[in-house]
Amino acid sequence: MPKLTVDGIEVEVPQGATVLQACEAAGKEIPRFCYHERLSIAGNCRMCLVEVKPGPPKPQASCALPAMDNQEVRTNSDMVKKAREGVMEFMLINHPLDCPICDQGGECDLQDQSVAYGRGGSRYDENKRAVTEKYMGPIIKTAMTRCIHCTRCVRFAEEVAGTEQIGAVGRGENMQITSYLEKAVSSELSGNVIDLCPVGALTSRPYAYEARPWELKKTLGIDVMDAVGTNIRFDSRGREVLRVLPRVNDDVNEEWAHDKSRYAVDGLMRRRLDRPYVRTNGKLVEATWAQAFEAIAAVNAGSSVAAVAGDLLDCETMFAARELLAMMGSSLIEGRQTGLKYDVSSLAAVNFNSTLNGIETADAILLVGTNPRWEAPLVNTRIRKAIKHGAKIYAIGAEIDLTYKVAWLGNDMSLLGKLPDGVAEVFKGAERPALIMGGGALGVEGAMGAALVLVDTFNMVRDTEDGAWNGFNVLHMAASRMGGLMLGWAQPGGIADLVAAKPRLLFALGADEVDFSQFEGSFKVFIGHHGDKGAAAADVILPSAAYSEKNGTYVNAEGRVQMSDKAVFAPGDAREDWSILRALSEVLGHKLPFDTFGECRAAMRASVPALGVEGLASFEWAPPVLDATASGPVGYPIKDFYLTNAIARASSTMQRCSAELLHGEPILEAAE
Amino acid sequence: MSFDFLSDKDRIFTNVYGFQPWNLKSAEARGDWDNTKDLIAWGQDKIIDEMKASGLRGRGGAGFPTGMKWSFMPKESKDGRPSFLVINADESEPGSCKDREILRHDPHKLIEGALIAGFAMRARAAYIYVRGEYIREAQVLQAAVDEAYEAGLIGKNAAKSGYDFDVFVHRGAGAYICGEETAMIESLEGKKGQPRLKPPFPAGAGLYGCPTTVNNVESIAVVPTILRRGASWFASFGRENNKGTKLFQISGHVDKPCVVEEAMSIPFRDLIEKHCGGIRGGWDNLLAVIPGGSSVPLVPAAQIMDAPMDFDGLKEVGSGLGTAAVIVMDKSTDIVQAISRLSYFYKHESCGQCTPCREGTGWMWRVMERMRTGDADISEIDTLYEVTKQVEGHTICALGDAAAWPIQGLIKHFRPEMERRIVEKQGNPPMMEAAE
Repeated sequence: MPKLTVDGIEVEVPQGATVLQACEAAGKEIPRFCYHERLSIAGNCRMCLVEVKPGPPKPQASCALPAMDNQEVRTNSDMVKKAREGVMEFMLINHPLDCPICDQGGECDLQDQSVAYGRGGSRYDENKRAVTEKYMGPIIKTAMTRCIHCTRCVRFAEEVAGTEQIGAVGRGENMQITSYLEKAVSSELSGNVIDLCPVGALTSRPYAYEARPWELKKTLGIDVMDAVGTNIRFDSRGREVLRVLPRVNDDVNEEWAHDKSRYAVDGLMRRRLDRPYVRTNGKLVEATWAQAFEAIAAVNAGSSVAAVAGDLLDCETMFAARELLAMMGSSLIEGRQTGLKYDVSSLAAVNFNSTLNGIETADAILLVGTNPRWEAPLVNTRIRKAIKHGAKIYAIGAEIDLTYKVAWLGNDMSLLGKLPDGVAEVFKGAERPALIMGGGALGVEGAMGAALVLVDTFNMVRDTEDGAWNGFNVLHMAASRMGGLMLGWAQPGGIADLVAAKPRLLFALGADEVDFSQFEGSFKVFIGHHGDKGAAAADVILPSAAYSEKNGTYVNAEGRVQMSDKAVFAPGDAREDWSILRALSEVLGHKLPFDTFGECRAAMRASVPALGVEGLASFEWAPPVLDATASGPVGYPIKDFYLTNAIARASSTMQRCSAELLHGEPILEAAE
Repeated sequence: MSFDFLSDKDRIFTNVYGFQPWNLKSAEARGDWDNTKDLIAWGQDKIIDEMKASGLRGRGGAGFPTGMKWSFMPKESKDGRPSFLVINADESEPGSCKDREILRHDPHKLIEGALIAGFAMRARAAYIYVRGEYIREAQVLQAAVDEAYEAGLIGKNAAKSGYDFDVFVHRGAGAYICGEETAMIESLEGKKGQPRLKPPFPAGAGLYGCPTTVNNVESIAVVPTILRRGASWFASFGRENNKGTKLFQISGHVDKPCVVEEAMSIPFRDLIEKHCGGIRGGWDNLLAVIPGGSSVPLVPAAQIMDAPMDFDGLKEVGSGLGTAAVIVMDKSTDIVQAISRLSYFYKHESCGQCTPCREGTGWMWRVMERMRTGDADISEIDTLYEVTKQVEGHTICALGDAAAWPIQGLIKHFRPEMERRIVEKQGNPPMMEAAE
């Protein structure tokens, strides 16, 4: 623990800390451009120069200098002030005065720091450098003249995203950051370089010229595009969410978000259901809320009712629907729309037990029928980090590019029962062995049983020196899944049980992935926000709120309970889901016992107390004993990363990403 | 002339002019590879001690004591990482041309030195990084390496010493910055040649993350001779702290430009008179000298004439020995243009990694160009000076310093000349008029 002084303030920092971190510990702000906590140290912007004794009589880059005992650091001396002014002047001589037309304006590191650490004027009389724009795909808009060559984007692409598609070519003042062949950056995480860029060189293409940061209302939310539960911030103006940015949460998303989390939000303004519809003579016709409710009441379903929950639902909605069905006398509720029917008798056996953060520490990981790059890109980055720490990765499934080296064992689930000797050796010797089952594997009969046998064989649940370790992980893909399972949205036979019951009335709560032809005889009520598959099959449509338009509780794949806030109001006549169910319950003669969202949430918490505590819910490890004979190939359920749910499918940005990045279609742009 | 010139019997590089073939047979006749096994039998510590005692300072420009540099290498590998020796033959400094003569005329000195030095620092192999433009030189060196492998002098059980040692010749692609040791390591690894941050120093984590020492060609090539003839012999030349013999490369306005091995601390006047036939047009015609390659400040005639040519002597006159690439300029030289051309060189060769150098070199060159034509304001001289100060010492590697120093030297010594041009170009300064 080195002890040093910063401007006379004594601080003690952990071994291996840098002088920059020591300065921050002492409460001194150090300007920087290239340094970023989650990337390797480049030391190339030279903005973080400080004076350090003992050392050479020149300023030192604090981001790269290890903190040592008895160092005397000065951050406010004349030398430091001059050094910062000098570096800032160099940054600015070739930086265009674009601020009035630059999207970064107002949240630009260069702007802020030039005010704080720069000189008043410039002494540079020569011509400024101009750099041609580089095409980086449908997400990233470039204005490379503004680039200050901090290489954050290069390091991110290489280290975190694992797609080495951004780099620097040329040298000296002709050095340019480019995607080499000017092809779209094909990473699901590409949007993060926009946040990382300290200037306006890389900005958001979908958000270009939309708004200024100070006009935006910022609301804290939880992402629903996958089961990671990325912590996000809705930036909205008026009734529109203009963009989504990730928040820092080291346990969940660090500070990243994938492109779907960020850019599917333009789908919130398209294909919206903004008024009720009732099917009349085979056609959906606009109706009033009262007419829609009457149509539902007219079914006279009695207790012959069932409900399917979609992937984007909050817990409160699922709770309200469950209560309504219970009052009507039915418990036919199911959230696994596509027909999965894995055993849910123990929630720990369907949880991501290692935790998202913990999987980084695993030293041997077996991927079973999962494509984490698409099912949960932020879990994929964690696995990449595990590899960096020395982990070995094996996988069962069809070979795909996961951005890191994987030993593919083959696409046959019977491998679970007979791992090759070399692989078994590795897992036997591993201190923190882990297994990740994806959505594909969950659909294979016996796979979960076989995986649980492996957990036993290799003692994946154990006590280690650093505490308890549970290496069994199920990687869900739906934001509503864990919450749904906690609320009992599962039948032993999956959705087939609902089909077999032939319910007279079927509630589809934002369920767009269901094969509705199975429910031909049922009167289908779709409560959702997008005109997608569910709405097309419905007899009555009740327009509800999307995730940005309601408060809600979500549980992510690792069982982490998180709350999201309402950013904007739902469009038109659409209402929040819980209130729709409350109003409908009265018409159906089974009045739900809550009148406000708060009461709804309180009732839910009373019913499932774990949902009332933010943070990891604890599930007792009591794995069921299941049939353990699995065989045959496994498929990956996600066929198109960019179009996995109704919001994404409505988003023109996501459509464009899908067309260009996955289907290779050239993008035609009108000339300006 | 009072200086005790180096006599022929004391020359290390006896084939520097290529009067004899470079091949192994001739090299052996010149004394190379003579019982190398015995030198290696001394053991690592004795070799390093002998090198320290010889007072050899690195010949690549910085002048860091070679023996001490070797002693930084780990004595044993705790984690199984091998050590490497990297030999810097990326001689790109304007004015320097000594390594070239060694590579093409005396490559076996270098290869033998590589083996001994590699052994002394417990290196697994040596990588010789040859400047991209040195095509013939690289061919000769490769042929010499092949010869040495064939004769069993390197490779398994090198020179029957029981030590396994490989030598690899790697050709650069023509970037000046790859002569910087960490940039060279990056380039060897196949990456873009950009200097690394220090620490960690190469002796801790260099090539492929392994302990590495980077030495200049000349530093390595003199090793076998020093060991054979003894540290005290080598230390008998030159002043205290500036021992040994050195290849001087004199170019520019002398009658006979040449590369010559001389004792260190030879006075400038003696060096020129003895080996170069004097200054063109006589000593009165001398304007200035850049004594150590383009990256050291120039020294005006009056100060350099009797200065001893060594590290300390040139430091005293505000410059440095560098690689001992002496660029002589007589009074026909457009000194501003000369320095401006150097600025262009540094602008062109800046790697672009860190801000002050990337942006500063271009700025400095553009201002220098206007200084050359006189198309500037007198106050801009001070601005230019400040800019050089803003670059110097703020960069990752020394290229920023190297770009700044020539301009600082120019402003320090030739400011009147710069002002004269500006005034001449603008005619008489316009009448100052009070604002209305």
